[in-house]
Amino acid sequence: MGLKRNVSLMEGLRYQGKGPMLTFILHRISGLGIVIFVALHILASFLSNHAWGTSAGLFINTIYEHWLFQIFIIFCALFHVINGLRIVILDLWPKLIEFQRETIWVEWFVFLPIYAIALIVIIRGGLGG
Amino acid sequence: MKMQPRTAPVRGFHFDYLMWLFTRLSALAMYLIALVGIVAALLMSARQNMTIADLMRWAFMPNPNHVANTNIPDIDAWKGIFWNVMAFLMLLFAGTHGIHGLLNVLEDYISRTWVRNLLRILGVLLWVSMTLIGISVIVTS
Repeated sequence: MGLKRNVSLMEGLRYQGKGPMLTFILHRISGLGIVIFVALHILASFLSNHAWGTSAGLFINTIYEHWLFQIFIIFCALFHVINGLRIVILDLWPKLIEFQRETIWVEWFVFLPIYAIALIVIIRGGLGG
Repeated sequence: MKMQPRTAPVRGFHFDYLMWLFTRLSALAMYLIALVGIVAALLMSARQNMTIADLMRWAFMPNPNHVANTNIPDIDAWKGIFWNVMAFLMLLFAGTHGIHGLLNVLEDYISRTWVRNLLRILGVLLWVSMTLIGISVIVTS
């Protein structure tokens, strides 16, 4: 393995990567969030299909149907989807990497309004029932 | 120790590059499946009978359970072999993409070789078991 892993946590936190670093780290966090959610969701549907697991399945349901969890998971899904498309475009047409910072601005302009609408819908549902 | 950027693997017929390519192409494939789901749902009267949240749920995973709680009068058109295949493809692409990404992230922060190898084995086990559980959910719903 050519990767160097011996970077201390403090050095990692001091690293000022700005926009690209932020999207990189958010892509990782949102990816992990989606893996956890999807795994829980598949397990819950599987358990709910069987008499011996219905209560466990319903319990897992109550976790991810909570509106606070939905604020988190819709951030993960939307960010991962939009940032992922940006990465795919840049990776498959490497000449565009020159405009990486501009693509990040475009990405936030696409992401923020969609996420704001989703937030309004979720919070209104969460508070109003 | 300075941080180094993670570089793309060299092109060629080996696992690192193939998985790098798979991650990109599966992302595009999932976009396509979601788009097919949204267009088909709109053709099947989703605009009158579904909320945007239900439509998104269907787009991410075309499973008839995701339309059961909407105003869609007859969900027979939302079942069947076509949607089972679409759901299966979505599960396979998403699961493989996700577990590969999970291992990629873990391996960046873990320096002990035996822990990395253990996590790889656990990742493969998780991938196989979640795929099988997912297939059983798709088939029985």
